[in-house]
Amino acid sequence: MKKIYFDHNATTPVIEDVFEAMVPYLKEQWGNPSSIHWAGRGTKKAVEDAREQVCGLLGCTPIELIFTSSGTEGDNHAIKGLAYARKDKGNHIITTKVEHPAVLNTCKHLAKDGFEITYLDVDKEGLLDLEALKNAITPKTILISVMYANNETGVVFPINEIGEIAKERGVTFHTDAVQAAGKTPIDLKTLNVDLMTISGHKLYGPKGVAALYARRGVRLIPLIHGGHHERNRRGGTENVAGIVGFGKAAEIAMRDMDAELAHLASLRDRLEKGMKERIDHIHVNGSPDKRLANTSNISFEFVEGESLLLNLDMKGIAASSGSACTSGSLEPSHVLVSMGMSHELSHGSVRFSLGRSNTIEEIDYLIDIMPPIVERMRSMSPLYAGAK
Amino acid sequence: MYSEKVMDHFSNPRNVGEIENASGTGMVGNPACGDIMKLTIKIEEGVITDVKFKTFGCGAAIATSSMVTELVKGKGLDEAEQISNQSVADALDGLPPVKMHCSNLAADALHAAIEDYRKKELEK
Repeated sequence: MKKIYFDHNATTPVIEDVFEAMVPYLKEQWGNPSSIHWAGRGTKKAVEDAREQVCGLLGCTPIELIFTSSGTEGDNHAIKGLAYARKDKGNHIITTKVEHPAVLNTCKHLAKDGFEITYLDVDKEGLLDLEALKNAITPKTILISVMYANNETGVVFPINEIGEIAKERGVTFHTDAVQAAGKTPIDLKTLNVDLMTISGHKLYGPKGVAALYARRGVRLIPLIHGGHHERNRRGGTENVAGIVGFGKAAEIAMRDMDAELAHLASLRDRLEKGMKERIDHIHVNGSPDKRLANTSNISFEFVEGESLLLNLDMKGIAASSGSACTSGSLEPSHVLVSMGMSHELSHGSVRFSLGRSNTIEEIDYLIDIMPPIVERMRSMSPLYAGAK
Repeated sequence: MYSEKVMDHFSNPRNVGEIENASGTGMVGNPACGDIMKLTIKIEEGVITDVKFKTFGCGAAIATSSMVTELVKGKGLDEAEQISNQSVADALDGLPPVKMHCSNLAADALHAAIEDYRKKELEK
């Protein structure tokens, strides 16, 4: 059976050139980048070259980039690091209801430690009300954390405008750009962003390596205390091979950006058009025009997402769902519920997130097999009776 | 994550549908949890002679629904009432721990259907 991967927002395969770039640093180039002798010099240079490559994708300078182990670490570092560095100024943080758990649960933790958190609502398209953001800022506000693009729906937030507001009010602005990096052009030279999290494995690099951008002059308390690595901002011997792979992946993402985005948007549009033509009672979630090119989140009425995923998996297709049953919790997607969607419909959502190796043939295969799957599951559903 | 038996019942569910003029109907679960089960039973001389289900839910919800229909067909009411959510899960070679609470409602649906039947009998 052919295997088709439509879950690129979960993770991406390591591309061949990235793997090849990493191999020497798992074999002959094993030195510690902190060493001054021959064994460490090559790896030190490799880390710094990779830093330049990642900076190239974001439009920042190398001293502003801290390598971390994951997007989650970057979010923790940015939010806790800033909160504890500026707690003398205030204790108020503004974020949104639709952030990744790496942000939401970090804020929840800070709330137990005396910080006040405002969680902004989104509308039914998943968009923020910037007036509500402005109104939420108080003299005690020290941080705004709003994701660049939502992992479930692909909705892109107005990072430029939010940055302007934050700057005007003297508030530090962090954005979790884990889903955006490589999937939309980012230029930190023109954005008023102080802190940005990105991750390697979402853009065809390896897992276990990520980065936090911290604008010059933004002071953070380290999350991981240790040696003088990363200019004393993040202790721990560098994951050299991972960093090299991440750098290569960032370089390729930048090089191929325009062609890749056009490719993804055309596949995504074909997928949504095909689904709408062949299946009734479905909804495409999230703002139609303010969305990543690769993400399609669709709710299928009267059926539950996990059972759709199991059916797709039996046909070789990997996708994901906003259903509670796939997340290990009892609640359906907090993102879809925050958009005002009913619980039934949230449970019936499937996310197709496309990537560079996907083809028109794969989309057409999906569009062919999906209608009978949905029809079969609906014929078993007590909610479907009479809905026709 | 699911056993082969769960996947078998999920892929080829037994006794899907609704019995017309059922002796008893049991509906349990709620949309917030993502699982709703409707079980209809036909009872003749104290024995469950037919049973059908319709379920909105995940793989575990559908498999437990299908399994309970197999377990209960041909059983007397007293015996049927002994079937628990745990025994349905056991018959499927177990369920992932997170599914034991949220999607393991099939025996509840069965008990609700029997209760519905008994209530109707009293009203006769």
